[in-house]
This record gives sequence, structure tokens and C-alpha cells, in this order.
Amino acid sequence: MALFVARRLFYLLPVLIAVSLLTFSIASLLPGDLAYTILGDQATPENVAALRRDMGLDQPIWWRYLSWLGNVLQGDFGRSFRTGQTVLQAVVERLPVSIELMLLAQVGALAIGVPLAIVCASRSGGPFDRFMTGSAFGMLSVPTFLSAILLIYLFAVELRWLPATGYVPFTEDPAANLRFMVLPALTLALAEWPGIMRVLRSDMIATLQEDYISLAKAKGLKASRILFVHALKPSSLTLVTITGINIGRLIGGAVIVETIFALPGIGRLLIGSILTRDLIILQGVVLLVGAGFVIMNFIVDLLYAVLDPRIRHGHA
Amino acid sequence: MTDNGLLSVEDVQVDLPTPRGNLRAVDRVNLRVGAGQTLGVVGESGCGKTMLSRAILQLLPKKAKLSGRVMFDGQDLLQLAPEKLRKLRGRSLAVVFQDPMTSLNPVLTIGTQLIETLQEHLELDDASATRRSVELLAAVGIPAPEQRLAQYPHQLSGGMRQRVAIAIALSCEPRLLIADEPTTALDVTIQAQILDLLAREQRRRHMAMILITHDLGVVAGRTDDVAVMYAGRVVERAPTPALFKKMRMPYTEALLAALPRLDTAPHTPLPAISGRPPDPTRPLQGCSFSPRCRYAAAGCHTEKPALTQAESPEHVYACFHPIGIHAEAGA
Repeated sequence: MALFVARRLFYLLPVLIAVSLLTFSIASLLPGDLAYTILGDQATPENVAALRRDMGLDQPIWWRYLSWLGNVLQGDFGRSFRTGQTVLQAVVERLPVSIELMLLAQVGALAIGVPLAIVCASRSGGPFDRFMTGSAFGMLSVPTFLSAILLIYLFAVELRWLPATGYVPFTEDPAANLRFMVLPALTLALAEWPGIMRVLRSDMIATLQEDYISLAKAKGLKASRILFVHALKPSSLTLVTITGINIGRLIGGAVIVETIFALPGIGRLLIGSILTRDLIILQGVVLLVGAGFVIMNFIVDLLYAVLDPRIRHGHA
Repeated sequence: MTDNGLLSVEDVQVDLPTPRGNLRAVDRVNLRVGAGQTLGVVGESGCGKTMLSRAILQLLPKKAKLSGRVMFDGQDLLQLAPEKLRKLRGRSLAVVFQDPMTSLNPVLTIGTQLIETLQEHLELDDASATRRSVELLAAVGIPAPEQRLAQYPHQLSGGMRQRVAIAIALSCEPRLLIADEPTTALDVTIQAQILDLLAREQRRRHMAMILITHDLGVVAGRTDDVAVMYAGRVVERAPTPALFKKMRMPYTEALLAALPRLDTAPHTPLPAISGRPPDPTRPLQGCSFSPRCRYAAAGCHTEKPALTQAESPEHVYACFHPIGIHAEAGA
């Protein structure tokens, strides 16, 4: 197991280097000179030249990459030339919002998708299964902005149970925080449960054809034990993969949902930095989010090994 | 055999809908197994022997249509409520499947798969269930049984896995064990070991056993009765010694002739049965074996022979031109 982890970690290195290269090139390859962007239309050529020298923009690109990478490795991702805030500060401020949203959305999506998938798989082809696969397909094609607006209309405007927009930190008032989080998390969960359900359902139907399921029945085990112990675990590899991808994606913030519900998360930070051409923030955030995504996939790889002993022992 | 025995299969018929039409996998089969007895069911691939075993266990595919009666210990398994059936399975009625590579769950340890069966049917706490599992693994000839409990199926060889499957089947002291080609997927070198193990445990526990195989040689010394199946039907059924002494059905003879023997000269070609079994979705009007039978006469192609009694009531065969009968009548 230790060897397995070490090998996976080693594979992580080239991926992280590639992520840093791509991120760095965002700032360098975008049209327009960063110095002009910072100084604005009224900049004199002397000012621009001075700033370029200060920022090292007159250096060759490989040198700029290496010195940026050196800073990053020491924890210095740069600071916004608009607010003066460092990238790390900006991210640390907003990350909890995005992570809380991501966790609630995943828990919601799994809580809807997994039980439905199990029931559908155990009665595949029946009326309930056909109705749910149809509904899932329908839900897949509803964009988040639409379900967000419908949820706001229903729960905030008509029923007045929940606030439409806004945010209170969890540390200040947990109850209020959760009230603000319910609708955005539900919006994301509604978008994700159909994928979870469809993947798990089809894997589970395949598993239920296996000989070892017939043997489990022949052993006289209860239907619930056969489904949850014998069938669920070997069927959940693809489920873990897509959940990992969903989590990785949502670490980078849910841009649309955060914007609609006015949540100060990473997604809003990204959009803001793009709109204001705050390239240092953009570069730093993309790097951190990319690294988070890669690490999430690494955790998924480890989970495979937890789920399937054959992977753990290097057989498959 | 005055009583009906422990298990009696009465007019069991299995139909499977396929895209090419209805497939009659099992055609009005009648069998009986007494307590402590061993019945061999022999036939080539596709003759319906596995479907028959699945019909007894009620493990047929959902789409399959099953009719007839399967009387086990006085109750019809086909009419049994699901919960009652579940309590019988694994407890009184156990099975060993053909392929131990696929019949054990790859993500659960050997211990889990053994202990769950024990705790489902017997009221055992964890410690005694574990102790019992170790005893069972030792009984089926697995070395270092304590360590095996924490291992996964892929860490064991095919023969060891089949021993585990047998230990699971034996765990609750079943009254009937169905062994569906238990050695077909194994190396030749361990086939005899597994068969001997099954025979030994069967005698020791005085349980009934149905041994399903395509190999007449396997049933020869190890069964009390043999049923030969062809194209979904039982074509000859007899006490094992009677069958080998005086087989009546040409198919049985052909099956036996296709076995390699120690006393034939090297490089003698085996007399394979020419042709193929009939397409089960297009049943023949006459005897199913007639296209391949070297004794077939005109009547064989138009009419199906019914099971006929030979010299003893236990020996029945389905043939118009049984081997030996006419020669004896003429002499």
C-alpha cells in the first residue's frame, strides 16, 4: 500500500508542473502588456518601462517562469495590483465558502442519486426504473441557472422559507449560514444527482448479473445485504470517479451559482479577476484550483484501492 | 425407493424467451434424490443441466418461465414464499458453482463471505462464527486457515477458491448440495482432489448431492444414480452400476465412447459424437438425438420416444432402438 501511494505521488509531479506551465502562460500569452493594463490609458512610455523593469517583464519568458515558480514554491503567489491583497489572502478568504457549498452539494446529490440508483438497479426494467431514468435524463438537460431561478421563485418568493441571496460566515451564525446555503447547494445537487444515479445504476445492473451475486442469493442472504454489501462496493468505482471530478470542479467555485446567489466564493473571485483583468489573482487562483483538482484525482485513485483489493495488491 | 426422497423434481420445464424465439432449456424433467444419496446429471454443454440446477435453486434469470414441481422435504420450492425460500437456501440447500474465479465476491474477504452465511442461518456470535470458519476451511483442506480469513479471493489459486466455495456451501450442514460442474474450471491435476473432497464430505455429513458434469467418468465411481440429459430432456436414468453395465440409450454409449481410456493404444483418435446438438429454439419433431445417432431408423425422425422402463423400474431410457434389447430378444 505504501509503495502504491508513493508511485501515485510520483506520477503527480509532472502533472503539477504542466499545470503550473499552463497557468503561467495565461498571463504571458494574453494579448496586451501587463504594465499597460496596470497603469491604464494615461501611462507614459517612461512609466511603463519602469514598471516592466520592476516586475521583471523585460526578462526572457523562461526566466520569468522559473522565478515565478520559485516564489510559488515559497508560498508567494503574488499580490493583486488593484487591491494590494495577496493571492493567498484572497483565496483563503473565499475558499471556505466554495468548499462548504461543494460539500453540501455533493452530500445532497449522493443522498438523492445513490438510493435511487440502488432501487432502480434492483428493479431494472420495471415501471419505477423507467420513470426514474426518464426523469434523470430530463434533469440532466436543465441548466443550473434555470433550476436556481425556479428554486428562488418557489422557496424565496412564493413560500418565503429561505433567503434568495446573501451570505453569513458559518463561524458567525451557523444556522443563518446554512439557511443561505440551502438553495445554492440544492441547485448544484439537482444538476449532479442524475449523473450519479445513471452511472451507479448501470454499474450495479452489471454487477447484479455476476456469479457471486447468484451465490449470495443461494447462501440465503437478505436482499438488503446482497445490495449494500455484495453489489454496492464493486459497483462504485465509476461513482467515485465522477464524484471526485465533481468535487475537483467545485473547488474552483461554482461560477454561475455563486453569482446568482451572491456567494463570496472562489467562482466570484475568478469572474471578478477576469472582468478587472487582475491577472496576478487570476493566475494564482487558477494554479491553486488546478492543483486542488489534481490532488482530488489522486485521492480518487487511492479510494479505488480502498474499494478494490485487487488494485491494492497490484493485480488488476 | 418407496418414498419420494429428499428432493423430487416433477415435470420441471424451463422456457427462456430469446430474440430467436422460445428456448426450451429444460423439457419435463423428473428426478429424485434420496437423503444421503448422490445423483449424477451428465450431458454436454447446452443440454440444460445448469438450467435444471438453477431451477431447483430458484436462481433462474428473471425472464425465464418455470413450471412443474420441485418438492424438497415435502414442500414445493416453486410455491414457497420468498422469505421461507431464503431461509432454506444456504441452510438446507447449498450450491457450488462451476467457476470459483467468479463465484466469490472479489471485494470481500474469505472470512466475511464464510461468516455472513453462518450468522445468517445459525445464531452464532462473532467469535464462534470465526472459530467455525477456521474449522470449515481446515476441513476442506486449506492450509493456514486462520490467515485465509483476512485474505481476498484473488490471493488464492483456483483450486483453493473452489475449496473455499465448498466450505461456504457446507457451512450450515445442508441436507442437499448441488455441485454444478465443480471441477470444470480447474486444472486437471486438482479435479480429482476436489471430487474426492466432495464425496468424502457428502458421506461424512450424510447429505444428498447432485453432481452435475459433462464427464461420465466423473460420475462413475462417485454416484448412486445417473441421469443423462440431452437437449433439455432426461434420455436415460439408472442406478450407476446398472447404467455402466447395460446402457440402453445410444447417446449414453456415444458419451462414454468419447472418453479417453487408459487401455486404448496411443494416438488412437477419440470417437467424437458427430454433428451438433439441435438448436433449442427449433425443437425437432422426432428424437432430438436422431440426426446424430448411428442406430436411427425412419420412425426416430418423426416421433419422440417416451421414457421406457428397462429390466428394473429404476432404469429408464428414451429410445426406440435401445442398445442390447433386440439382440437379447433375438437370442
